[in-house]
Amino acid sequence: MANHGVNIGPFWKDGPSAGSFYNFPGNSTNQSANDYGKQASTGPITTGTSIVAVKYDRGVIIAGDMLVSYGSLARYHNVDRVFQINENIILGITGDYADFQFIKQVIDETILADFSMDDKIAMKPKDLYTWLTRVLYNRRSRFNPLWLDMVVGGMQYDEPFLGHINFRGRAYTSDVISTGFGTHLALPILRERSEKGTMSEADAQEVVKKSMEVLFYRDCRGYPRYSQANINDQGCTVTKHDVQQNWDVAYLIKGY
Amino acid sequence: MIGVNQFPEYKVPGAVQHQFNPYENNGGSIVAIAGDDFAVIGADTRLSAGYNIFSRDHSKLFTMTSKAVLASCGNWGDSDTLSSFLKYKVQQYADAHENREISLNALAQLMSTMMYGRRFFPYYVSNILAGTYEGKGYVYSYDPIGHCERHTYRAGGSSAALLQPILDNQIGLKNMEQKPNVPLTVDRAVDLVTDAFISAAERDIYTGDGVNISIITNNGVENRRVQLRKD
Amino acid sequence: MFRNQYDSDVTVWSPQGRIHQVEYAMEAVKLGSATVGLKSKDYAVLIALKRATSELSAHQQKILRVDDHVGISMAGITADARILCRYMRQECINHKYSYGRDYPIGRLINLLGLKMQVCTQRYDRRPYGVGLLVAGYDDQGPHIYQTCPSANFYDCKAMAIGARSQSARTYLEKHLNSFKDCDLYELITHGIKALAGTLPNETKLSKQNLSICLVGKDTKFKCLNEEETEAYITAEASHGTGRSASASDPADSGVGGTERRERDQPPPPNPEDPIPDVATEDRRMQ
Repeated sequence: MANHGVNIGPFWKDGPSAGSFYNFPGNSTNQSANDYGKQASTGPITTGTSIVAVKYDRGVIIAGDMLVSYGSLARYHNVDRVFQINENIILGITGDYADFQFIKQVIDETILADFSMDDKIAMKPKDLYTWLTRVLYNRRSRFNPLWLDMVVGGMQYDEPFLGHINFRGRAYTSDVISTGFGTHLALPILRERSEKGTMSEADAQEVVKKSMEVLFYRDCRGYPRYSQANINDQGCTVTKHDVQQNWDVAYLIKGY
Repeated sequence: MIGVNQFPEYKVPGAVQHQFNPYENNGGSIVAIAGDDFAVIGADTRLSAGYNIFSRDHSKLFTMTSKAVLASCGNWGDSDTLSSFLKYKVQQYADAHENREISLNALAQLMSTMMYGRRFFPYYVSNILAGTYEGKGYVYSYDPIGHCERHTYRAGGSSAALLQPILDNQIGLKNMEQKPNVPLTVDRAVDLVTDAFISAAERDIYTGDGVNISIITNNGVENRRVQLRKD
Repeated sequence: MFRNQYDSDVTVWSPQGRIHQVEYAMEAVKLGSATVGLKSKDYAVLIALKRATSELSAHQQKILRVDDHVGISMAGITADARILCRYMRQECINHKYSYGRDYPIGRLINLLGLKMQVCTQRYDRRPYGVGLLVAGYDDQGPHIYQTCPSANFYDCKAMAIGARSQSARTYLEKHLNSFKDCDLYELITHGIKALAGTLPNETKLSKQNLSICLVGKDTKFKCLNEEETEAYITAEASHGTGRSASASDPADSGVGGTERRERDQPPPPNPEDPIPDVATEDRRMQ
């Protein structure tokens, strides 16, 4: 507000005060950023839901459905949330899609800078994981978080790598990772399989497929179409899949 | 939640108000015991938040020098940042002092200074530093804003209130009529740490899965792993 | 002392297309005692001859650790080298903090080159008066880099810089093809033999004046202690080579084994020259 220290109110309710411009009610621009500091994002707006990720004997799979929601509205369809970053790294994200698009651009710039050095040194998944941990932690420390759950996978030299970072900079590595509703719905399935012993590629494909199926049936922000990145010593592929739906029992569900 | 609305006098130009909570409690418990010429330090390996367990094999011990191990739990993002920051301070000390390792008591003071540096946005962590200095065992504990205190034994983290009484009884021999006068051995210290964690894992959902134990003697640091209940 | 007409500033060109101030700075490297760097397929080794400024002082440190995977050896103004070393250490620490891994050697040198170049172009700076040999190990194996006050840097198989280093380079060139398959002991021995050729008259290698550091596969950067150093000197003495390595013609042109050849250095100073001490400021311009 203008006129600090001078006790002159607006001419009428929600009207302009002396020397100020008129602002329409509901438009808060008359409270300029300088007067009251800034308001950073305090929650995600357009969101992607769960990511499912598993490490198998010689690689990593990350999968996520292709819906971006706006609250409970299924706002954007067929949007990728799983990406190949370079020849060593794949990435999946849950959370605010705009924040992701921002950080993806920064990541792509660093990958391009890496490539432009032309010295055969490429980023490894652990490098990106450590760097993203720093970025997300620093942003939360400035009270301006990037509202994301990021799952970084890839080949760290000859070893598969899988790590998870949340918007508070809490980072850990694990054999199986799931975010969002997946922590409740998919993680039990993944852990049950993982604790039996190391998975083969086919085992991993199967358990991811099962997880995505459960997530589609039970997560209201889920979607039947999902993309899946698979990286191993042979290379990296990103493929699209559809959940095999079965509604045969639907007619039995009554009384809601 | 307490916010600026409870303090209208702070609602002035320039005051920033936020609803975002930068902290999360990732649980975990830590214990350290100092002997005459050794120190034992342990931390459970569960990483959790609320009812979610993220990892069952997550080390909260950080070997800083050949004579000092830090255990840190609470907000993992803070633990992670603080410990790696401290590690680079240790390196910078070595660079500035002809590759001499920083001593445990200097490290203890450095930790305190670093943590107090964030007095008004604290590292939300419970820290214990254990090791040897001039051949003797030491344990230092910290509060989140850097208060540093020396102990012979100390528990911290989500199970601090469960672990500390066990140590008070078994090592501190608090309020005992007849006190046995036997010096603490490494084996007994390790057994005590293990048993204390087994007990804590029974009652605290934020503690479990396993314990990493570091034994710091004048021969260096030895690491051990003990399994705990995983539910 | 002779002067050129166009040497008043680093920003002044001579009509021949030279920048004399930068070339003078190159001369400072030759005032420092010699240092040798060489690599096998698994190790990079730095070997340096240390000087004491007087009977009363200790020997000046010639090799500095930068990080677990890299270290530098210097010839010239050691104070300048320490500034560069501090810079490299900070960059390595920052990189490790941000990315959780060691700084790739080639990129570290590239960064150092950019820092050093600034001083060869701005009127309010002077070039760094020091040459470095950088030994490092990364994903691509061991590296030896040479840097100059001119801010040029060279990826080398082996290199020697400093006072009377031509004889060391000659030795390194002669044995270049054998280094690759050397074990660590042989590699260090080659380095000592190369360095022995640069010794001033009446000087012998001793555990006090010889500095040996190495880095390699599964081996963090470390310097040998006096005991280990002496073992090498004793072994070397029993083979009785000593200064004989310098017997081959020092006028033999070329620089030891650069992958990109460096030809801008004038011939080395005459061995009979008095050795100016570059560790102390007041004698720097002798």
